[in-house]
Amino acid sequence: MHEMSIVVSIIDIAENEAKKAHAEKISELELDIGTVSGIELNALNFAFESVKPQTMLKNAEIKINIIYAKSKCEDCSFEYKTDNVYNLCPKCNSYRTHIIQGKEMKVKSISVD
Amino acid sequence: MCTTCGCEGNENKIIMTVFGEKTETIEPEHHHHEHSHDHPHEHPHNHSHHIDLEIDILSQNNLLAERNRGYFEAKNIFAINMMSSPGSGKTTLLERTIKDLKDKMQLYIIEGDQQTFNDAERIGNAGAPVIQVNTGNGCHLDADMINKAVKKLNIKEHSLVFIENVGNLVCPSLFDLGEAKRVVVMSVTEGEDKPVKYPTMFEKADICIINKIDLLPYLTYDLEAAKNYALCVNHHLKFIEISATTGKGMQKWYDLLSESSES
Repeated sequence: MHEMSIVVSIIDIAENEAKKAHAEKISELELDIGTVSGIELNALNFAFESVKPQTMLKNAEIKINIIYAKSKCEDCSFEYKTDNVYNLCPKCNSYRTHIIQGKEMKVKSISVD
Repeated sequence: MCTTCGCEGNENKIIMTVFGEKTETIEPEHHHHEHSHDHPHEHPHNHSHHIDLEIDILSQNNLLAERNRGYFEAKNIFAINMMSSPGSGKTTLLERTIKDLKDKMQLYIIEGDQQTFNDAERIGNAGAPVIQVNTGNGCHLDADMINKAVKKLNIKEHSLVFIENVGNLVCPSLFDLGEAKRVVVMSVTEGEDKPVKYPTMFEKADICIINKIDLLPYLTYDLEAAKNYALCVNHHLKFIEISATTGKGMQKWYDLLSESSES
């Protein structure tokens, strides 16, 4: 369950930036999470709920933008949507493909008071 | 509840022990959550405002990992992050590697496990300097632990460092430690489809070691199917088939180590 350490990193980033802005509270936190980033959203939410009360994010709304994954075939250059990091090119059946979108794990923005 | 920083009283301490020396407990450092103030801030902000950040969640770990990597490169230290599920034979593979190479190369081992000093003892008895990192409730090693372990182990120039990660095919894959190469070990007593069940681990690996091949005659394991699954996830993956128990195939592993550490 690495989501707990992911959440701790997110909170560190958010609190750090909020303090730079001399804020006391964080009212909203916006994240970009890719579908093949290796983060399980249920585990992430569970971890947030356990840690949040002791932080500046106590009453914060957590907004997660899900970034859907895309692959590109190295043989025929076809780009397509995918659910997995392992996938055959739907056009030419090659397994020489790689993920071009969907690995995002970012703190996109915060709103502070 | 928090497994990393120990919020709410459940402190998770990282314990480091160098084989032959005393144990040291590392307090979690990143504990600076905000507490309520009695006094007002100098510049109170009563209005809400939005701050764009675009900061990678793992940026702090990645920054430290790059520091480790720079240190390793400058000192000509070749670091390998060894990952697998528990019981695939990482420690046995390292024991054999140490016994066969310790007279030719300077080797160091960083052992990651949630609990116990067992692996460090095995490695220490095989004849290499080793530090045991006990992660407590943590499910992976991170760049900060490696940074501290490297300092404690006093690693010399022109050497090989094996980092045996916590046995887990999921979490360790996300955390860069500053290694030069990532090795994933799978054994023929596991299912052939491990690579597609745990794709992130295989996607980020450079080398896949398939261990326990001496047991193949007694199993229904399909070696080619397993490799095909792994190639679907990562078509750059190189395979080495070995038995760490009998020594079969180990020469290919040693050749790779000596080539890599010289380049």
